[in-house]
Amino acid sequence: MIYLDNAATSFIKPPCVAEAVFHSFGTIGNAGRGAHEPTLNASRLIYKTRTRIARLFGIDQPSRIAFTANVTEALNIAASCLPFERAVTSVCEHNSVLRPLFRREEEGLPLTVIGADDLGRIRMDELTAAAGPACAVFLSHAGNLTGNVNDIARISSLVHRQGGLFVVDAAQSAGEIPIDVREMGIDVLCFTGHKAMMGPQGTGGIYVRPGLDIVPFKVGGSGVHSYDRHQPPLMPTLLEAGTLNGHGLAGLCAAAAFLLDTGVENIHEKVSSLAGGFARQVRDIPGIRLYGDYDAPLRAPLVTLNIGDMDSSLVSDILWDRYEICTRAGAHCAPLMHKALGTQDQGAVRFSFSWFNTDEEAAAAAAAVREIVRENL
Amino acid sequence: MPVMPMRKKIPYIVIPFDTTTDAMAMEAACADLGIPGRLIPLPREISAGCGLSWRIGIEEYEIFKSQIEDLGLSMNRPVRLLI
Repeated sequence: MIYLDNAATSFIKPPCVAEAVFHSFGTIGNAGRGAHEPTLNASRLIYKTRTRIARLFGIDQPSRIAFTANVTEALNIAASCLPFERAVTSVCEHNSVLRPLFRREEEGLPLTVIGADDLGRIRMDELTAAAGPACAVFLSHAGNLTGNVNDIARISSLVHRQGGLFVVDAAQSAGEIPIDVREMGIDVLCFTGHKAMMGPQGTGGIYVRPGLDIVPFKVGGSGVHSYDRHQPPLMPTLLEAGTLNGHGLAGLCAAAAFLLDTGVENIHEKVSSLAGGFARQVRDIPGIRLYGDYDAPLRAPLVTLNIGDMDSSLVSDILWDRYEICTRAGAHCAPLMHKALGTQDQGAVRFSFSWFNTDEEAAAAAAAVREIVRENL
Repeated sequence: MPVMPMRKKIPYIVIPFDTTTDAMAMEAACADLGIPGRLIPLPREISAGCGLSWRIGIEEYEIFKSQIEDLGLSMNRPVRLLI
């Protein structure tokens, strides 16, 4: 089997991740619920995870990171709990950004959705016109369909100049494209643990810049200030009601150590080479259409394509059934991006690479695409 | 039946925290610096509302203070307690 669906979830993880999860059973209690050794072990483990994630993203205060079940939960928190009076997003976004904002729009929040050009790049002129005071701008770092990477530092500077807030969805970049919240001027960073960070599913988080107020998304057990009627106001307790996914975070902690030891720059170099190599092998095959900007200096390691007018689901199924290659077809939870690219009916087939893929696998996938083209067009 | 002697109470300095993360940061800093003490459940004399606190012997507190003061860790006012 060749697994090229890493943008959905990374399948092969560093061995230390599974070992850490296994080890956590029998060693950790419930974090923040007392002072016996098992509960302290859980608290220590989660604190270590927080400090490693902070190092990974250039975050000064680990306490400004709250753990969530996934990036969707983090984005729901950002959409519902930050202080802003209107929002801006783009057609390039995943439903995890769009749906929370559409819900807010139905509740009365003014929302502007900016467009994209033919290569799926956000229209900066529309962003400049739409941003402003008391406005929160929600954009992905890297697009899950096109692999295009937004210039976060430039956008941040634009948004802040106009008195707005900048929320970044790092689902497709965290772990394989360097992120530094200070240098990039990110107010809120939402990330997931199970994609390029190579941790377990059920892990993710939200970073909220110091000084930025946020209210709780959910309230409940906190392990501190139990007689208060309200959720304690300090981060991360403010956003972490209920028992955390300690066993999952044990895996994320090990994954973060792997990322720090390996170096996100090194990971980026390798996965870019794999995706770039695959793109070069397929892009000139007659009948192949790639989506995204391949002249950009920075891309997420994914290649999305169509073969003539073949149903993307059929192509993906042939890739699996005949070649045992795992890809993702269909809409990729990015309905507006597909509409903008004109692929809402056909969908598209996405090949996404990870640190554990090889040049040989990329070449085998390209050969399979070539064969499918030959047999069907 | 033998009568168990009463447990002798000892004076300590107890430093409460508002969040578990603050308590963990303190424990990690003390481990790095070799400062004695340990985390204990928040004593009810401070608050009955759960949470963690750092317990340190009276004679060790001045060393603790001098080494921890500049680290900028979040903690509440120390309390002297017989525990």
